[in-house]
Amino acid sequence: MNDLATTSLIATYSAMGVYTFAFVLFTVDLAGRSASEEQSKPTRWLRSAMALTWLGWVIHLGATVMRGIAAHRVPWANMFEFGLTATLALVGVFLGISVFRDVRFVGSFITGFAILALGIVATNFYVAVTPLPPALQDYWLVIHVFVAVLGTGFFATGAALSAAQLFQSARESGRLTTRNWRFLSAFPKAEALESLSYRLTVIGFVFWTFTVIAGAIWAEHAWGRYWGWDTKEVWSFIIWVLFAGYIHARATRGWRGNPAAVLNLIGFTAVIFNFTIVNLFFKGLHVYSGL
Amino acid sequence: MASRQPSKGYQPKDLDESRQWFDEGNAPVKNRLAEPILGPKLGPFEFLRWTWRLLTSMRTAIILLVLVAVAAIPGSIVPQRLADPNGVATIRDSNPDLYKFYESVQLFDVFTSVWFSAIYLLLFISLIGCILPRVRHHWNVLRAAPADAPKTWTRLDVREVVPVTGSTDAALDRAAALLRKSRYRVVRKGDSIKAEFGYLRETGNLVFHIALVGILATLGFASGFNWYGQRALVEGQAFTNQLSSYDTFNPGRWFDERQLDPYAVSLSSFVPKYVKDPVKDVWMPIDFTADVVVTEGGNQRAETLKVNDPVHIGDSKMYLLGNGFAPVITVRNPAGDVVFSQPVPFISQDANLTSVGVVKVPDGLAEQVGMQGFFYPSAVELDSGALSSNNPEPTKPTVTFNIYKGDLGLDDGTNGNVFQLPIDQLTQIAGRHTGVDVVLEPGDTFTLPEGLGTVEFTSLSRYIGVEIRHDATQFGVGLSAAFLVAGLLASLATRRRRMWVRVTAKGLEWGAQSRGDDPGLEAAVGRILAKFTLTGSGDKVSTT
Ligand code: HEM
Repeated sequence: MNDLATTSLIATYSAMGVYTFAFVLFTVDLAGRSASEEQSKPTRWLRSAMALTWLGWVIHLGATVMRGIAAHRVPWANMFEFGLTATLALVGVFLGISVFRDVRFVGSFITGFAILALGIVATNFYVAVTPLPPALQDYWLVIHVFVAVLGTGFFATGAALSAAQLFQSARESGRLTTRNWRFLSAFPKAEALESLSYRLTVIGFVFWTFTVIAGAIWAEHAWGRYWGWDTKEVWSFIIWVLFAGYIHARATRGWRGNPAAVLNLIGFTAVIFNFTIVNLFFKGLHVYSGL
Repeated sequence: MASRQPSKGYQPKDLDESRQWFDEGNAPVKNRLAEPILGPKLGPFEFLRWTWRLLTSMRTAIILLVLVAVAAIPGSIVPQRLADPNGVATIRDSNPDLYKFYESVQLFDVFTSVWFSAIYLLLFISLIGCILPRVRHHWNVLRAAPADAPKTWTRLDVREVVPVTGSTDAALDRAAALLRKSRYRVVRKGDSIKAEFGYLRETGNLVFHIALVGILATLGFASGFNWYGQRALVEGQAFTNQLSSYDTFNPGRWFDERQLDPYAVSLSSFVPKYVKDPVKDVWMPIDFTADVVVTEGGNQRAETLKVNDPVHIGDSKMYLLGNGFAPVITVRNPAGDVVFSQPVPFISQDANLTSVGVVKVPDGLAEQVGMQGFFYPSAVELDSGALSSNNPEPTKPTVTFNIYKGDLGLDDGTNGNVFQLPIDQLTQIAGRHTGVDVVLEPGDTFTLPEGLGTVEFTSLSRYIGVEIRHDATQFGVGLSAAFLVAGLLASLATRRRRMWVRVTAKGLEWGAQSRGDDPGLEAAVGRILAKFTLTGSGDKVSTT
């Protein structure tokens, strides 16, 4: 049983390795595009980068499934497992979207982020498989965390596009004209980036709404109250409200474009903050990091 | 204020134009925004109007949303009285100045503070001010015919001309039928058709926003009827649901003791299960099961109470929140008469359930006696000679006591904290540092010095910590949340589209417009046109 957990960890590192190659190729592609004056056509490296991302993802999926089998439960009960599954969702969302839309230009961001996140949880937060304490034994754990993970995947991709949008719009307004920024010509127009980012973020928002509601139901089962302003609850609320603000900004004159994109990035920062700093340093009932 | 133009519809003042003009039908108001930002001579009425407009604008909503988020942050940093009373006490004891400061700006009660309430109340006033006119407007739209086509079709996002060979009348009929099949609301008027789809978008959006008000209103009104209380229940004991049975009780504003249904709960047994964490080499609980018997309205029923699985009794629920050991302690006077005999709940301190508890014997002995106890379910002696527990199961249950005599301070009526002894005011007569250790296993008796009497560790029971709660807000909040999700999904999944068809010299001209961005509009029109050309005599589609 523990062998499986070990194999899972090896697979995790292998996935990181493959992602790293993909990351390099994504970056080479962007660099290649900025080298030519005219630009824009994807270089041949891009297809290999995508293929490697798929390969890395399949290994990553295997690592996650093995972890679940080793633990006899869903693989998202502590910080390492949550990180493993959340990055799987992130890359999965990216790959899923790329079936419908060409979003390959954020590939280096996505793979870079995945490598970083996996590296941090695998080296700093790794814990061996342990049984679940009674408070975590609830099917709402399965639902609550699963939608949280999916939502995070969409938020992350939306944030990547918003960041790209900010650069692109700076470039469109005549700044960032140096050679280093020429790779931006490989990106869609700022407005197209914004609209795609909005659609992904709104999906993330729906998932997050489910996360908060499922969490409240679970809290009612476990602690007797559905909402108690526990630190984790406070931050889930903050995130929800920030993204509601973003959705309004998108519909408000004078707030569309850059201000909305900035709000989106602030919202995503809160998501990351909630997962890292709040888990590790804040006191509360949700002490599930497993450390 | 000359630049204001009449408008049929209502939308928040600064809704993005791409969404706004759509609702203005034929008269896209270029700039309702051109309204003066506090022009030179505003009368009181205009000023009120301006304030209201400002409060119900989208911009204000965004700013208030961000403010609510920011204002919530301290609630996660400073310990909150409700979520973490111990954290508050720690600051009070360790840093009185900081405590005073936090207290003065309500940082221990962020979510009920004046400033946090002010922000969310403003937000909800803004929200209601936004919802009401939009509901009225949408209500009218729902009953009205689809909007007329704009006079200049150049503004439309999608325009196509389809040549028609046969009668234009028959072609228009076909077009109308196709649009109806695509669930458009269709009005055919002479040589033209107007059609509209996706009213559900605004309906869902309004349901969503109204549900938000529903949540807040429920919290505001129903929470006054909430109550909850805690109680430690020892195996074999029964608990009757009345105020005096609770160890702690928190009534809502409008709580009335008659709200407590008369029922009783007794704990038959409590069984925890532990496994050894293979890696960290510590015992971990994997299951807590309490079997209880509920007596309600003359009927008895057996129930199982578990973590995550409360027992429903009347209009309240009982939750399993804690557990521990309750050694039964018996104290006798020198004549051998029992002056104290009961299970004493001890509070566990670590994973192996080393626990602490206090026994107070105010009456029946020559002096009042207080005992500070330590309980080890599986006692082992450390090298230092101190005891420790190496297993949460009672393989070698042992109690040690530090025993004091003197005034327990119970007579001033406050009863004091059951888990604390006023050691400073007492004289220690046995236990650590006195040379007389008191170490008892079940059945053991210790004879108190000075002929005070005897103390016996009679037997061992377990207890559970339960919370009983009546939450009057659950139904309203749950229902609102369901509407909120339904409204959100409906709104986000729906596109509001309008289509117009008119007869031109070249054939039928189709025009379409969406509210907000809608990358799928062209494809949607394309699908209808494909069917149109397929079923009819029309030939190729040409784009103007
Ligand atoms: C409690 C605060 C509020 C929250 C959490 C909130 C949340 C949301 C969300 C999630 C949406 C998008 C979902 C949907 O379309 O159904 C939305 C849309 C909208 N909200 Fe709010 N809202 C709040 C207050 C307000 C206020 C005060 C106004 C009026 C100024 C307002 C006006 C609108 C409008 C017009 C839209 C549609 C935007 C569009 O066309 O995309 N909301 N709101």
